[in-house]
Amino acid sequence: MASKVVYSPRDPMLKKRDDFEDVLEERRRSGDLRYALRCYSPVLYKGPTTSKASELKTMVLQSDQLHYVVNQVSRESGVPLDDVQAEASVILEEMAHRLQLSTVRFFAFTLSKVFKAIFRSICVNEEGVQRLQQVVQEHPVVLLPSHRSYMDFLLMSYLMYTYDLPLPAIAAGMDFMGMKVVGEMLRMSGAFFIRRSFGGDKLYWAVFSEYVKTILRNGFAPLEFFLEGTRSRTSKSLTPKLGLLNIAMDPFLKGEVFDVSLVPVSISYERVLEETLYARELLGVPKPKESTSGLFKARRVLSEDYGSIHVYFGPPVSVRSLAEGRVNRSQFSLTPRHIPRRPSEDVHSFVNDAAYRLVRAQEENMVLKPWVLLASLLLQNQGAGQNRGVPLDELIQQAVWLRDLCRQFGAFLHWPDQIPSSEVVSSSLSLHGGLVRVSEDRVYLALEQEPHCSLTAEEELLSQAVVVLSCASYRNQVLHVFLRPALLAAAIHTASSSQKQEVYSSFLFLRNMFSNEFILCPGAAVQDFEEACYLLTKVGALHINQHEVLTAERGHRTLAFLTSILDPFLQGYQMVCSFLCEDATQALTERRFVPAVRAFIIKHLLKGRLRYPEVLSSDLQRNALAALLRLGAVQKVQGGEESGTLKVNRVMLNSLEDTLGGRLSTQKALRAHL
Amino acid sequence: MASNSCGGGSDRQMAAQHRLSVIAGHLQRPSGSNTAVLAAECKGQGSKPFVSSENRTVPRRRQEIMKWNGWGYSDSKFVYNKKGQAEFTGKRYKLSGMIIPGLKDWMENTFGATLQHKAAATPALNSSAVPPPTLNEAFVEELKSTGVPFSADAEDRVFRAHGHCLHEIFALREGKIGRVPDMVVWPNCHSDVVKIVELACKHNVCLIPYGGGTSVSSALECPPEETRSIISLDTSQMNRILWIDEKNLTAHIEAGIIGQDLENLLNESGYCTGHEPDSMEFSSLGGWVATRASGMKKNIYGNIEDLVIRIKMVTPQGVIEKSCQGPRMSTGPDIHHFIMGSEGTLGVITEVTMKIRPVPEYQKYGSVVFPNFEQGVACLREVARQRCAPASIRLMDNEQFKFGHALKPQVSSIFTSFLDGLKKFYITKFKGFDPNRLCVATLLFEGNREKVLQHEKQVYDIAAKFGGLAAGEDNGQRGYMLTFVIAYLRDLGMDYFVIGESFETSVPWDRVLDICRNVKARIIHECKDKGVQFPPLSTCRVTQTYDAGACVYFYFAFNYRGLSDPVHVYEQVEHAAREEILANGGSLSHHHGVGKLRKEWMREAVSSVGMGMLQSVKDYVDPNNIFGSRNLL
Repeated sequence: MASKVVYSPRDPMLKKRDDFEDVLEERRRSGDLRYALRCYSPVLYKGPTTSKASELKTMVLQSDQLHYVVNQVSRESGVPLDDVQAEASVILEEMAHRLQLSTVRFFAFTLSKVFKAIFRSICVNEEGVQRLQQVVQEHPVVLLPSHRSYMDFLLMSYLMYTYDLPLPAIAAGMDFMGMKVVGEMLRMSGAFFIRRSFGGDKLYWAVFSEYVKTILRNGFAPLEFFLEGTRSRTSKSLTPKLGLLNIAMDPFLKGEVFDVSLVPVSISYERVLEETLYARELLGVPKPKESTSGLFKARRVLSEDYGSIHVYFGPPVSVRSLAEGRVNRSQFSLTPRHIPRRPSEDVHSFVNDAAYRLVRAQEENMVLKPWVLLASLLLQNQGAGQNRGVPLDELIQQAVWLRDLCRQFGAFLHWPDQIPSSEVVSSSLSLHGGLVRVSEDRVYLALEQEPHCSLTAEEELLSQAVVVLSCASYRNQVLHVFLRPALLAAAIHTASSSQKQEVYSSFLFLRNMFSNEFILCPGAAVQDFEEACYLLTKVGALHINQHEVLTAERGHRTLAFLTSILDPFLQGYQMVCSFLCEDATQALTERRFVPAVRAFIIKHLLKGRLRYPEVLSSDLQRNALAALLRLGAVQKVQGGEESGTLKVNRVMLNSLEDTLGGRLSTQKALRAHL
Repeated sequence: MASNSCGGGSDRQMAAQHRLSVIAGHLQRPSGSNTAVLAAECKGQGSKPFVSSENRTVPRRRQEIMKWNGWGYSDSKFVYNKKGQAEFTGKRYKLSGMIIPGLKDWMENTFGATLQHKAAATPALNSSAVPPPTLNEAFVEELKSTGVPFSADAEDRVFRAHGHCLHEIFALREGKIGRVPDMVVWPNCHSDVVKIVELACKHNVCLIPYGGGTSVSSALECPPEETRSIISLDTSQMNRILWIDEKNLTAHIEAGIIGQDLENLLNESGYCTGHEPDSMEFSSLGGWVATRASGMKKNIYGNIEDLVIRIKMVTPQGVIEKSCQGPRMSTGPDIHHFIMGSEGTLGVITEVTMKIRPVPEYQKYGSVVFPNFEQGVACLREVARQRCAPASIRLMDNEQFKFGHALKPQVSSIFTSFLDGLKKFYITKFKGFDPNRLCVATLLFEGNREKVLQHEKQVYDIAAKFGGLAAGEDNGQRGYMLTFVIAYLRDLGMDYFVIGESFETSVPWDRVLDICRNVKARIIHECKDKGVQFPPLSTCRVTQTYDAGACVYFYFAFNYRGLSDPVHVYEQVEHAAREEILANGGSLSHHHGVGKLRKEWMREAVSSVGMGMLQSVKDYVDPNNIFGSRNLL
């Protein structure tokens, strides 16, 4: 039980974070050409290094690992050895990067121009850079940036070049290869390309994993990939993907290197370039295939103001210290290391935990701008039905309150204290002019379209939803700060009594329900609960004693804010449950799930039974389905004629829906399902 | 005889012979003629021994010729002379009496250990610091009637309370004495041991066999929780060769004989065992069997398990031995394997029949320089693959190469120093070897002259494929000579705040480079972590090659100025290093044994069932834990 575990929380306000320096300042002062042509001599790994991309390829092709799999594939498929070997070369050719300094210099020049045009500043914590300079010499390094924009990896390489750090080898999705010229240019600036899915292709896997490991083992270059696997369209961190992390840890686990340093990097954009693009995508407009011409259309982007970027290089995490006491490395000494093996149970759970910790580290060092708070407040007002906007001074007052709450929760908030709050608010509002309007001292979300007679009610709803979802993506940036207290607030709300045990089981239920939606470290339920209790007691919202959790007199405002920040998600999940109960037909497949549930939700929104257009987000819908699949309320039929269809457990769904709505106590619900 | 048949004009052979004579020839004989008396007393012996034991090295009172709180002979040690130069005293070794000009700088540069900071040891044993003996009167009474000599003298007891682990020596230097044996007995032959063990069982006293005292696994430490009287059973007086069988090339030997005596006595008859562990000056045959020892020339002669034909061990249940001398047998699990590696927990090994070989006609040292350690390991691997390893082949890493360099004695002629300079120039400038990466392999060839030369060529040809350059006989020979004096160097280090130790493992070939890199890095990492103020020395060498892997030795030492509990820090680092070894696929021990130092990993190393097997043997053979050293299990 929770109270038995001793949790000694660090005061989050005491979190030490470094200061930032603007790299564009220097760029605005001196010539870009000179900068692009300057002498670039990065610090290098102290171990034996290979510097040529071609040597790297040879090493991969001649590795024991690859030989083993080539032989195996040849034996199993009956294809002659040479042919399989040739196929491996082709795969490697398609994958491998060809770093060229001239291309890098080209990018250094163009990106300088572009960045100066659209961003006010690019702020980097230089202490983080210094730490990185140190660690690059000591151990192979893996850079793990957050992924919110295409800009991320260009920016990363740009910064590495700027700070005389070795240029990373970047794992990129194959879809870039659709853009012929750009794809090749990216390749020459250090990107290597991986097919999106290669499920059972042993040979591909072997070439790919050996390529990555060879880069690490030889200190060829820092490896860079995105833990989240893809750009987050919602600005929430995504559940980490383990494939590459598994590969990156392998050389350490097998003793081929002394250690590997993982460096989480948090990149926060004041305004994301793909803002409305993402919202559209979430609402069902299919993702445009990346094409070079598409990128050039983005030229109008150049005339806009995207505010500033903050890049925070987190403290390096040593895989060795992570694995200490967790993984018995001698297990790898009983079979030849070049024979591929599935990771054992303990290794898998170790990598999974590490991945969550790293994503949490990314989240915590993400800089939050005042606008993020404003977006949260505006959305809540919107959700409360106040379509008529908020008076500006009220918004300012609310924002200041929320700023203080945020700080007490330890958020990395960049609110310029030397400027009057009203100015901070109004400058934020003006930067996001596409999403908010200010008129007659009231602030509105920019939902009203120019009167278009031809718009149907549904089309109008969708276009409003674009704005709401864009706003939500900013609010989502702050969610990780409030998440644990919000889960507790919601648990208090739904729990049938104030008994600590009761509240804890509600908390557990909600945490379990939302563990596909938010980053909640597996197995850390008790810590999360204790942290939430600690924070809410600290701000005076709750009184907690041995047995009870009581709301304090002055805690109502905080708790109300926290409950309502989670409300769209609660309602969204209930919607998905009721859709599956009421509307799901026999032949519902996973592929047809999203369009069907979207139609169902639109119906409800139009009838006014649901207040939150953001429930239309396909991300939320997919996460809800994943949670239901995990909990066993929905099952995927394997094999047979109905393969791939979803089988629904109505009784369970009903009770889940009721529990989410607070109509059923979690204790009963828990007894029923867990 | 073999040693005389080869027209002894060869310098190389002279050198080889010299090595053995160095070890033995210069020894003072223990005073008194108790040898004869004791031998006569031993009536159990049917016939007179084949080779008499007048030349024994180890007297009963070992402290008369050996240090009580350091390594080796009292007269041999490294000191800084009045000019501040390092010098090796005594007359016993080739290095004795020589100035070693590079050592001081090396000590300063490597450890930051300067002459100003001296950590002097307690000069003499303070007998009052030794706890009074707990004697079992009834046992003592009956023992007296057997006529086996014994002593409860403090010096005798303290000398047998330790091996040569760092913490043991460190405590002695500080004058700290823990639990020590209550009595020392010196059996003179097998039947004496039978009597002692019978009495021990009868009166429930604890026995700890003591051979050469060179253990580095805390095996000789008396368990502090032991409440019974502890008797140290010193086998040093059982040191005769009982017979030599030239037809079968075997010899039957009492287990207390120490390595150098055994070789010398056999040499007199033209034979050798070829078993030469680095500790052979002091370690005993019984000790080798009890710890599964390994010798430097195992490539030709084999390790101890390959050398023994028959073992006699006295246990509380009686004497265990085989009934014939067949070279191999299929009679269930080999009972010798319960004895070998039993580390004194089952009984006392009293006599051993082992293989002997004619003394080799010709010996030749050699050395090869490699551009880096990776190439060196690759070469050793290839040598092992082709199964053409010389009698010994060892690969030192760069740090050890530099260390070896620092131990070069002062050169007498300008010509030699000119030659040295020329060699250095050739290797670093002309061949482009990086002096901070290159490493050296030392070689020892043995056999008949033609074959040795042929063999030598084969090995040098392989080395050349891996970029190795032949670097002369002197370097090789010096390398081997250093193995005998390196243990003395630790005492010098301890005089100047430097503590260190070596430890070993065995590992498959594909893991050799990884384990070397990772363990060395782990040591440096841990030292930093534990607050060591100076960068440590962390170095390794590959000392043996096998078909499927190699034996790797790590040396590590650091300057402990500024640490309040250096031994504890040292132990933490060594512990971490062992964990690292195991994590990288290395074994718990190649030949040092488990003792009490590495017991905690035993279960992991042999599985629970394996532990149960060993435990049930112990339970049957020694149900009352008479052999209560608590090693291994």
